Amino acid sequence: MNFDLSEDQRLLKDSVGRWLARSYAFEHRARILASPEGWSRATWAQMAELGLLGLPFAEADGGFAGGPVETMIVMEAFGHALVVEPYLPTVVLAGAVLRHGASAEQRRRLVPLITDGSLVLALAHGEPQARWHTADIATRAVEAAGGWRLSGAKSLVLHGESADRLIVSARTGGAPRDPNGIGLFLVDRKAPGVVVHGYPTQDGQRAAEIGFQDVRVPAEDVLGDVANGLPVVEHAIDEAIAAIAAEAVGAMEAALGMTVNYLKTRTQFGVPIGSFQALQHRAADMFIALEQARSMAFLAVMSAADDDGARRRRAMSAAKIQTAKSARFIGQEAIQLHGGIGMTMEYKVGHLFKRLTMIERQFGDLDHHFGCLAAAGSLLDDA
Amino acid sequence: MDLRFTDEELAFRREVRAFLRESLPPEIHRKLAEGCRLGKADLVRWTCILHARGWAVPHWPVEWGGVDWDPVRQMIFRDEVQQFPAPETLSFGTSMVGPVIYTFGSDAQKRRFLPRIATLEDWWCQGFSEPGAGSDLAALKTRATRDGAQWVINGQKAWTTLAQHADWIFVLARTDGSARKQQGISFILIDMTSPGISVRPVQTIDGGFEVNEVFFDDVRVPLENLVGAENRGWDYAKFLLTNERSGQARIGLSKARLRRIRALASTPRNGAPVLIEDPVFRRKLAELEVEVRALELTQFRVIADERHKEQGRPNPASSILKIKGSELQQATTELLMDVLGPAGLVRHAESGPAAFDWARGGTSTYFNLRKLSIYGGSNEIQRTIIARAILGL
Repeated sequence: MNFDLSEDQRLLKDSVGRWLARSYAFEHRARILASPEGWSRATWAQMAELGLLGLPFAEADGGFAGGPVETMIVMEAFGHALVVEPYLPTVVLAGAVLRHGASAEQRRRLVPLITDGSLVLALAHGEPQARWHTADIATRAVEAAGGWRLSGAKSLVLHGESADRLIVSARTGGAPRDPNGIGLFLVDRKAPGVVVHGYPTQDGQRAAEIGFQDVRVPAEDVLGDVANGLPVVEHAIDEAIAAIAAEAVGAMEAALGMTVNYLKTRTQFGVPIGSFQALQHRAADMFIALEQARSMAFLAVMSAADDDGARRRRAMSAAKIQTAKSARFIGQEAIQLHGGIGMTMEYKVGHLFKRLTMIERQFGDLDHHFGCLAAAGSLLDDA
Repeated sequence: MDLRFTDEELAFRREVRAFLRESLPPEIHRKLAEGCRLGKADLVRWTCILHARGWAVPHWPVEWGGVDWDPVRQMIFRDEVQQFPAPETLSFGTSMVGPVIYTFGSDAQKRRFLPRIATLEDWWCQGFSEPGAGSDLAALKTRATRDGAQWVINGQKAWTTLAQHADWIFVLARTDGSARKQQGISFILIDMTSPGISVRPVQTIDGGFEVNEVFFDDVRVPLENLVGAENRGWDYAKFLLTNERSGQARIGLSKARLRRIRALASTPRNGAPVLIEDPVFRRKLAELEVEVRALELTQFRVIADERHKEQGRPNPASSILKIKGSELQQATTELLMDVLGPAGLVRHAESGPAAFDWARGGTSTYFNLRKLSIYGGSNEIQRTIIARAILGL
């Protein structure tokens, strides 16, 4: 049992942290948000140069053989800086689908393009009727001469409008909500029949509603078993939960740091407001919430590669619950303790709160994961 | 990074569990599992069994009966004892005055007291708090004045836990009234049979007798019962209070209580549907299980950090353990009461009806454990420590 980073991991942490401090200041991010695409291709190219885009992939596929800890390090730093580039959809989500579901030939074809920054991917899985239910897939895939044809609608696809290609889940058999009979298909975003409507989300990131009308997919772009894609998607979502748990830790740490700094410097009644015990204790509770979330982010990260799917999902639900509770508490308290300045778009703490509020809900909100955990039996014997 | 235990650590855990299964007298186990109070004889008996195995004071230096376990094994041992549940040794001796004596005491004090602490031949209690000195402990007024070869002690201690059983008490007393309030305090060991000591039990809201008032009226104590240097008692008290920070979470107890809650909620009673099928109840149970897991991992982080002790700085996360650990123990007793339902209204001390025996100990434990967020530095004091020492406010 140890929580130490390896030498290489420490170097990664330092280099990502230094790079973001230098080139991703709050004002710079504001300009990126205001740009037409809502994210920066130049920043993306820098991520490729730093080796971040190929991080989780095997060397044989053209990656750098990192694991969940490396992803954690990157995502925590992204949380601090509120990075908006499509790392989560491309590298974490789609990357995990490729690692767990694609053939060696497909990986060799696609991973080098991700690594060098020339391929942006998105996972088109959620649907308008599904809420957080991962098996609720109505999009249909029908076999047709030498391939498949997809029809249906996907909702809240992260960075769906910027992606060059989409990984689309579709039902090849089974009834709605049946975990079996779901296949995964690689679809060109500009293919005939794909209709993309992109929009900003509350935290300044981008998502899209995407319609598929009889979209043709050649056989070589089927990812894995056409009837058994759901476990792959669920594993990818579990890895994404670990990643955003780490991102949340970064954002919460930034919010607490800004708040403590404000308490020390803001003067009222002739003294720094941090001298008031009512505020000191609230800051202490924020610290506790941060450290509890950090502990559970470690659990999520260390469970991301667990092949026991049931135990892995219990750990992810538990981590997501703690993350959501801490994110909401720290976000709300950071705004309250800042007072009026916390309410403005001109100040970073409000943006941290908005991202934390999204993370709280992404891949299942508190109620959803409590439902999962309550149905899954005791957590106590997984230790 | 790796959160798993090694095979050797897992084997050690099994060894501890097997020992508890073989060695803990069933009637003591039953009392603890049902949340009932142990008598002095129970704890003495169990301490002797532990001592015979060499595990009465595993966290002490080996020369005084400790075991050469690393921090992870120490934690596993505590965790297994708490989860089983088996009794923990009397903390006033083994975790409080014992470490003070082997760290700051004279050789004569070590030889005289440590072996009898380890075997519970001497039952110790803690004379710190006073009516006017609670969170502001340094405001204490009990005086020790020198008279020839003796200290003469006058004053009153409050909230003295299990003083009614005690053979000895360690006392913070003022030896210099002119110094700054933290600087005139000394740490003195006093025989409870000394003339001039009187003990008044105070019944607590759970109905039990745990705490006492202890009065000192011209109590004469040999000078050699001073620990360390005169007027340095505050340093030893701080050492004592922060010595076992990571032990304060007592997560094993919360885990054991949650298991009991799940078992009780899954047991059919009087033909009613079992509570475990109720989604609201399951959510409450899941909520506490997540909190326990999070705190357990936070404790792992603190323990893992103890292995880098050369830095000498306590992990900031350790200050969380007291606050969250006490809150969790309290929250699990609330949920236990929810499971008991109407049966939780019955008081069992003398004449509770046998039909409610399954609910024994639940509600009184709830009342009793309100103390956790008050003692050992109240949770408000802990928050102030976090704000000042960690956040720099």
